[in-house]
Amino acid sequence: MLRRPFFWVIALVIAVFALAPILAGDVELRESLLLAAVYITLASNLNLMLGYAGYVNFGSIVFFGLGGYICVYLMGAQGWPLAAAALAAGVGVSLAAFLFGLGILRLRGAFFALSTIGVNEAIQAFVSNFDPWGGSAGLYLSTELFQPLGGPMQALWIVYFLLVAVMGLSLYLSYAIKASKFGLGLLAIGQNENAAAVLGVPTWRYKALVYSASAFLPAIAGGLYFFKSAFIQPADAFDLSLSTEAIVIAMLGGQGTITGPALGAYLYEELRGWLLTSETFSNFQLVIAGALLLVIVLFAPGGLMGWIYGRWPRLRKVLE
Amino acid sequence: MTALLEIRGLSKSFGGVRAVDGLSFALDTGEIVGLIGPNGAGKSTLFNLINGVFAPDAGRVTFHGIDITGAAPDRVARHGLARTHQIVQPLLDMTVLENCTVGACFGRENLPLGRAREAARETAVLVGLEDRLDQRAAQLTIAGKKRLELARALSARPVLLLLDEVLAGLNPTEIDHMVGVIHRIRERGVSILIIEHLMRAIMSLSDRIIVLNSGQKLAEGTPIEVANDPAVIEAYLGDPALAEQLHRRA
Repeated sequence: MLRRPFFWVIALVIAVFALAPILAGDVELRESLLLAAVYITLASNLNLMLGYAGYVNFGSIVFFGLGGYICVYLMGAQGWPLAAAALAAGVGVSLAAFLFGLGILRLRGAFFALSTIGVNEAIQAFVSNFDPWGGSAGLYLSTELFQPLGGPMQALWIVYFLLVAVMGLSLYLSYAIKASKFGLGLLAIGQNENAAAVLGVPTWRYKALVYSASAFLPAIAGGLYFFKSAFIQPADAFDLSLSTEAIVIAMLGGQGTITGPALGAYLYEELRGWLLTSETFSNFQLVIAGALLLVIVLFAPGGLMGWIYGRWPRLRKVLE
Repeated sequence: MTALLEIRGLSKSFGGVRAVDGLSFALDTGEIVGLIGPNGAGKSTLFNLINGVFAPDAGRVTFHGIDITGAAPDRVARHGLARTHQIVQPLLDMTVLENCTVGACFGRENLPLGRAREAARETAVLVGLEDRLDQRAAQLTIAGKKRLELARALSARPVLLLLDEVLAGLNPTEIDHMVGVIHRIRERGVSILIIEHLMRAIMSLSDRIIVLNSGQKLAEGTPIEVANDPAVIEAYLGDPALAEQLHRRA
């Protein structure tokens, strides 16, 4: 893997994310890149389902939100340190996803997509009525919890670096899976699930495994993100529009590729930032996202990477 | 000696239609058994019952002495039973080599990726796809897709191969090539159960032929015995051309 150029492309992206805000000394740039890192994490992991196995997960945000809740709860109510709480969120949500996956992955196509929305809505309804997690009012974290990390200012930097690390791991996870036998089986499922099964691919187990794997890093990202906000409530944690944005991003960049979701996330975040600051188009990004999705599905199903590969076929070996 | 594949009392109905009806037969190691019968006789359904696409209503399928009745298709594949589809099922956006690699990876030997690629390349060469390894399956002609279907099944290094009309839709040159490939597969010690409408080919390929009609076994024997069986000729009378062909072979 170390000898493949793409390994170093990912390393370069991580380095740029980590160093740019330090060198520029720019907190605004850091906040913008932090959102980009979250988007890349969500879109890359969604891509494991969408681009590899060919299953549309409309409710992928449930991993992020549930991870946030577990992390915030463990820190606030149980006094766990950040690292342990975030990791527990990842493991817990992954396990939950595996169990849910065994159930809903018996469904295919539109029925699966609908059931993923159902999972998100069900968890949101549960959390809204779950008193230990503050019900619909949500949970607050005391700012004292930033002290072990050297105060709020430094804590924000640390959370940023951790999120960049999670983003990097997401890209490497996508890469490792794609280069493996597991990945080949997933791609076969994405192409023709019945044929894959006849060829011996253990479809059900693979689907549940990838559903679970695609939950791990978004849950950790959710934990870090809501720790940074020091506040979490059901409406923010399980916001379906973020799920939709993740799908737009993966499709925009090129589903099934590794560079695609990252490129799509960066461009989308730039676009969103620009729309938010322009007075006329404030909060207009979802309209644009919807239109973008239509255009991509109709005219460029391969997304940006599909276009790039068509134009420069040799890049296929470098940018996977 | 126990048979490689043993079917006992196998039945499957679809909404009142008995597609396979109390069928029993056996296949020994190294044999090529031909399966013929009019359209709708239950031949493809039988394949789907053997490799686990459908679960039978009744009966047993034993492979290698192991009961595989109703086992999922991927488990059956692991046991060393591979098949091709009458309507080809290529993984369209993957290359020829990748298609075959899937077969090799998840087949009987459960090979790691690198060795699976070698095995895939070898079988692609065997069926004559060596020039098309990096082509997407979608770009192949029908004859190419048929070969791919066979190469992919073969990449799993199966003990038993179920071939569902691999010759249908091919021109005479392609048929000759494919028949040659099937002979070479047999020389490797692979047993074959083959469905085919093309009498010339199936009569020359098969050691033994089983005739199905309405899901039941109508006749069984060597190609010559079967072709002379009055019941078989009777069943084919609805299709005079086929009856004629049968006669000419015998």
